[in-house]
Amino acid sequence: MKLPTFWGGIHPPQNKVLTADEKIEQYLPKGELVFPMPQNIGAPCAPVVAKGDRVLVGTRLGNNDAFVSAPILSSVSGTVKDVTLRMTTPGTFENCVVVENDGKYEKAPEWQPLPDYENIDPKEYLKRIRDAGIVGFGGATFPTAVKLSPPPDKKIKWLIVNGVECEPYLNCDNRLMLESPDEVVNGLKLVLRLFPEAQGVIAIENNKPEAVKTMEEAVKRLGASGITVQPLAVKYPQGAEKMLIEALTGQEYVVTALPADVGCIILNVRTTQQIYRAIALGEPAVTRVVTVTGDAVAHPKNISVPLGTSVRELVELCGGFKEQPVKILSGGPMMGVSMRSIDVPVVKGTSGILALTAKSAMLKPITACLHCGKCVEACPMGLVPTVLEPLVAARMYKRFEEEGGMNCIECGSCTYVCPAHRPLTQGCRDGKASVMAMRRKAAAK
Amino acid sequence: MERLLVVSSSPHIHSPLDTQKVMGWVLAALAPAGLAGVYFFGVRAAAVMAVCVASCVIFEYLWEKCLKKPSTVNDLSAAVTGLLLAYNLPPTIPFWMAVLGSLFAMVVVKHLFGGLGCNIVNPALAARAMMLTSWPVPMTTWTIDGVSGPTPLALIKMGATDQLPPLQDLFIGHVGGCIGETSALALLIGFGILLYKDIIKWHIPVVYVATVAVLSVAFQRPVTPLYEILSGGLLLGAIFMATDYVTTPVTRRGQIIFAVGCGVLATLIRTWGGYPEGVSYSILIMNLVVPLIDRATKPHIFGEVKKHA
Ligand code: SF4
Ligand code: SF4
Repeated sequence: MKLPTFWGGIHPPQNKVLTADEKIEQYLPKGELVFPMPQNIGAPCAPVVAKGDRVLVGTRLGNNDAFVSAPILSSVSGTVKDVTLRMTTPGTFENCVVVENDGKYEKAPEWQPLPDYENIDPKEYLKRIRDAGIVGFGGATFPTAVKLSPPPDKKIKWLIVNGVECEPYLNCDNRLMLESPDEVVNGLKLVLRLFPEAQGVIAIENNKPEAVKTMEEAVKRLGASGITVQPLAVKYPQGAEKMLIEALTGQEYVVTALPADVGCIILNVRTTQQIYRAIALGEPAVTRVVTVTGDAVAHPKNISVPLGTSVRELVELCGGFKEQPVKILSGGPMMGVSMRSIDVPVVKGTSGILALTAKSAMLKPITACLHCGKCVEACPMGLVPTVLEPLVAARMYKRFEEEGGMNCIECGSCTYVCPAHRPLTQGCRDGKASVMAMRRKAAAK
Repeated sequence: MERLLVVSSSPHIHSPLDTQKVMGWVLAALAPAGLAGVYFFGVRAAAVMAVCVASCVIFEYLWEKCLKKPSTVNDLSAAVTGLLLAYNLPPTIPFWMAVLGSLFAMVVVKHLFGGLGCNIVNPALAARAMMLTSWPVPMTTWTIDGVSGPTPLALIKMGATDQLPPLQDLFIGHVGGCIGETSALALLIGFGILLYKDIIKWHIPVVYVATVAVLSVAFQRPVTPLYEILSGGLLLGAIFMATDYVTTPVTRRGQIIFAVGCGVLATLIRTWGGYPEGVSYSILIMNLVVPLIDRATKPHIFGEVKKHA
């Protein structure tokens, strides 16, 4: 049988074997932990603690009452050492709460399981999900409680758990499905109580057959009747929301719309598990799984770390670098952000730390476009990158919009395949940013 | 431990296929046809290939040197043009003509239009067309086994179908013609290499050849469709020249339209045109309409509904 997938896309080398069989290792840091205040899409938090305050695991460090936001909680117990500017993943300095860890990991008393959680009004879950600081852990960091509160006129037909993990190298979701399948399924069951008419689907690319099997068994074991596990053909960027919905339901939607407009809500595997833990176990979302990998890393690993831990500590836990890295990324090689320094904290959006040597991260010279059409064939959004890039270079933003440039999801597929190494994704990214800036300016007038 | 890290925007990995490798594989795929040419037409054929490749590379080098542009001879595209030009010439062509043809291909067709990726028509084909107009006799003198005679297509044009060589000679390449066009077998091996290495997709060659086959029946050409396909430069053109990235459409739909157009024009010229062969002109003419095809065959943008005008 042919497995479902989407139109376009590419097949970059997976490189998942480096950590596919590495069990998730628990790491408990010592010393200070750093919590940047902007950590989710939407309104950034403001610190709610002051220097010298004693905090526990789950104590709120930052908050914003705006609808699209999620609080930031402490992952350790200790004392607030400072509220100051520190460097974060993209190399910018942000307002951060710094906590000196006392190493006791004492949990704040307010964190208890929701009583009788299987029978209460599921609306109460939403407050807990927000309070626990849960966001999209796939990397997008959209506040989950907001995602689960679609406007009432949107009928949700599909609740999709995104276990695709199409980025090369990364394994955190894969390992989570292998090691905690029940928590993922239970999380989905709870969410399904919010949308009783929806069908639950756990989508997994077929390069993780064990994960498919484990999840199928868990669904059966837990008697979760409204849930199916759907293997998908392997192709990047299948984990992108639009592509995943196309693959699963055959539906397309315009770039300004949301999955809810076509009756879908997509949750990452980790997010789903955290929903269960927050509601049933009374655990705040203060840790995440990070794949530390790449050909420069001595012993690549999957690590469960308290948020706020320094990336440097994770690299040291993996035996440091065995070769000189030229590039270190937060996230995967297709959409990850390259870091200036590893002295930055792990945040909610850190799915992987990828250290590449010159061999695998080589920057190649840009040559003339051959008109080969490979970028057109690769673009999952049906764009013509070879036309878009020169339009941005010539600052012809109006034509860029007319040619559909704003639809670009910056997946990197076009740049990956281009034999002339044209900076196609980069061009679209610049073009989108310029158009957005112009729109903002026009709106301000 | 870590020194200065490279900071750039995503994506951070890249397919190993680059321009030089693409051109390298095209050269490799052309090799069997070249060997067949030398086998059937002798060392003179090899000399023509050497002259064309060398002059194309040297002209590109000199042109870029004079204009103080970065040299692109290493991308091997000039060598590909040289070899393709040689494959489109009779083995007896005087060397100086081959040199002038190469000059025309490199400087006029390729670099005056802005170099690789900017030329509108295929340089090798345009050079061949120029040579055919300038020196019609040496460009259409065909020898095989030391005797000169007409090509199969010319025989068809003259109505002398009873003198046609057998089909198997056509298949292996033991007939008069241009250096690289006669051996269908060698060209098909090259096609296999290009497909296997994912340099080209099957659509253009297959659609082009199929269109010619169907039309040869429709136009009641005096030979079987298979004979029609194996004669002249159709396979060489369909596999190696109608698939030239630079001068063909970027979308799959556009490529199919392009290939059908080539097939129609080639058969029309073969049947009613002044020349017995129409492959080069069909591709050259279709090259010119590529911008139009590209504009008309934009892919469907994800999620976008057709706008009402
Ligand atoms: S144009 Fe944008 S959406 Fe299309 S392949 Fe390139 S990065 Fe991806
Ligand atoms: S993949 Fe690169 S060389 Fe090919 S058409 Fe696109 S931009 Fe041009």
